[in-house]
Amino acid sequence: MTATNNRQAAPEGGGAEVLSIGAFLAIGSLLALFVAARTSDPLMGAHASMFLIAFIAAAFALVQHVSSPAARLAGPYEMGVVKAGVFASVFWGIAGFLVGVIIASQLAFPNLFYFPELGWTNFGRLRPLHTSAVIFAFGGNVLIATSFYVVQRTCRARLWGGLAPWFVFWGYNLFIVIAATGYLMGVTQSKEYAEPEWYADIWLTIVWVFYLLVFLGTLLKRKEPHIYVANWSYLAFIVTIAMLHIVNNLALPVSLLETKSYSLFAGVQDALTQWWYGHNAVGFFLTAGFLGIMYYFIPKRAERPVYSYRLSIIHFWSLIFIYIWAGPHHLHYTALPEWAQTLGMTFSIMLWMPSWGGMINGLMTLSGAWDKLRTDPVLRMLVVSVAFYGMSTFEGPLMSIRAVNSLSHYTDWTIGHVHSGALGWVGYVSFGALYCLVPWLWNRKQLYSNALVEWHFWISTIGILLYISSMWVSGIMQGLMWRAYNSFGFLEFSFVETVEAMRPYYIIRMAGGLLFLIGAFIMAYNLWRTAKGDIRAREFAPAGALAAAE
Amino acid sequence: MLNRHEFLEKRGLILTVAILVVVAIGGLVEIAPLFYLESTIEKVQGMRPYTPLELAGRNVYIREGCYVCHSQMIRPLRDEVERYGHYSLAAESMYDHPFQWGSKRSGPDLARVGGKYSDAWHVQHLIDPRSLVPESIMPPYRFLARKPLDPEAAEGWLRANRGVGVPYTDEMIEKAASDIATQVDPFAADYDGFVARYPKAELRDFDGDPTQLTEMDALVAYLQVLGALVDFSVYEPEEDFR
Repeated sequence: MTATNNRQAAPEGGGAEVLSIGAFLAIGSLLALFVAARTSDPLMGAHASMFLIAFIAAAFALVQHVSSPAARLAGPYEMGVVKAGVFASVFWGIAGFLVGVIIASQLAFPNLFYFPELGWTNFGRLRPLHTSAVIFAFGGNVLIATSFYVVQRTCRARLWGGLAPWFVFWGYNLFIVIAATGYLMGVTQSKEYAEPEWYADIWLTIVWVFYLLVFLGTLLKRKEPHIYVANWSYLAFIVTIAMLHIVNNLALPVSLLETKSYSLFAGVQDALTQWWYGHNAVGFFLTAGFLGIMYYFIPKRAERPVYSYRLSIIHFWSLIFIYIWAGPHHLHYTALPEWAQTLGMTFSIMLWMPSWGGMINGLMTLSGAWDKLRTDPVLRMLVVSVAFYGMSTFEGPLMSIRAVNSLSHYTDWTIGHVHSGALGWVGYVSFGALYCLVPWLWNRKQLYSNALVEWHFWISTIGILLYISSMWVSGIMQGLMWRAYNSFGFLEFSFVETVEAMRPYYIIRMAGGLLFLIGAFIMAYNLWRTAKGDIRAREFAPAGALAAAE
Repeated sequence: MLNRHEFLEKRGLILTVAILVVVAIGGLVEIAPLFYLESTIEKVQGMRPYTPLELAGRNVYIREGCYVCHSQMIRPLRDEVERYGHYSLAAESMYDHPFQWGSKRSGPDLARVGGKYSDAWHVQHLIDPRSLVPESIMPPYRFLARKPLDPEAAEGWLRANRGVGVPYTDEMIEKAASDIATQVDPFAADYDGFVARYPKAELRDFDGDPTQLTEMDALVAYLQVLGALVDFSVYEPEEDFR
């Protein structure tokens, strides 16, 4: 196949596209109506009704689109869906951080934040809501929005598939709503970060296939000879998440009219499949995908080329090859056979190098532009995110060593580690990208206020530091207390004594999370005023901001 | 070598296939052998599928997200074995679809909680944890004691479990609903048949309220069977060295 063939433009559908979408919505509505009418499971009835409402709303939107098609198709790029993604990212980000603060408060003050009559407010149901909201709702919308932006600009091609990108956006957010309401009602298959039940999983699979088609279709009709490095990362993220999602969610429903299903795998095989999925949700959703963001937004904002093309190649392929093996480090000293644990540990330690390859490539891109860290708080946020990435990808291999893991596993150290990656790396690189995107998308010369970005940066940085340092102390302390012996050779502490000792650190953690949430509110306000076209009265445009808007 | 990379950078489909091949290898090498290596699951005496009531309790355990704070996996470390009991075996979760090993101990491990506390303790602790353990940070589950359990649903659960490989017999599936009634009634007519189907199963009213069958009955029945099935008096760890 020649490059010319590759770059042939895919046909943009007209009437046929509208008809096929209409047929899809009609079939979907009938199916949802049938399930809603026939099921005896009230939870399934609620979810089928939500699908039905969504399909009907989509049909109305389609009719409206047909009656005024010209406006939507104007311009060389499809930026409307990116704007929608920016909205959704900010909304879900705040929702997810808020639920995080609530569940942190529950652990710190169980007498105040639990309600004996309201089962849906309990920690066990809200915790999956928090993790899914921040990872999949916030992170996922950031990835969809930025990948659609980056792939268009770096390919100099409009998104492939006509209305398909909009289906990806709304379909994905429908999945989020189904998953989130499911957790509150008690619909879960209890696999961490893969809690949604079988029908939500099937829906996500359909959406994800379209995501891959849109992304790949845009790549194939590109006007640039090379596929840019950011797109390798996005592509690896999309392809690998599809593989992980399908395999880990294989399950047999009790009936097609019920929410409940049973996982195809059991016990030890299920455990390793789950952590193969779980660790690579980190590796490909929260790392490869966000490296795509790093590879576009840091060079663009710093106005410097990526530090090393060779390092990009080496670290990309070694990162995606090695990450997949690291899952067993979640199962050290368990009933998983030791050979698998050893393989997982070995590859986890090796993973340190390709991770730092990415960090070096991101940080060294600043060569010759380090002075911008003083004047551009957005670039500073992006760079600090890479620094957090480097820190947590050093901590991860350390914790994957069996001897270290025997102390850290089951404790808050893991929670602290996750949050240094999630708040520091994923959060900051997303915030940086959003601060870049809003002025670019809405054609504004600068942000409403750089001073507010400074406030956001410092408040949330203090929040992150409070969070991770309190979790280090409580995690290591709890691990040591569990294994402490007194002079008579008996265990020194009962379990609940170790819980009691956590209390001050849980309060500090809650305060840290609250600061991070306040920072996100400041960002939302700043982005809103920026999109409106306001500029804060006292602020002048710094020299760099104009150029970054391209 | 690195100059050849241009080949991939100019071909989107081949790049996609290359990525898929590279990310498939690790999982295939690590996970696939667990399905055919015979040493993966130890040979033990005493494991049986859950009774319909225990399975109903397990469904509640999953629904309420207990796994986010409680592990069910005791590691072979001195302090864990002394605190919780014999380290967990792979065989003990061979019928667990999905597994409930957990990843965090905000509360203690539950792999061997079965038989450790009385039913009444569990019921009171679930209704108001801090009435028994003042320092506890566990949520209250008072509503379980009032939420009725529908025994008719059990047949579907057993059937689906058999579909994914749990050895439920036709008889077990047929009697799923009546076995729930039998397990909460020590004077039930089918006592002997039930115990033959589910050896070591305990028959009694678990929630302290014989007038109604609740989710509290189911959850306590499940907690009381955790870790209590394998007969460790005949287990030979050396034969299962992996």
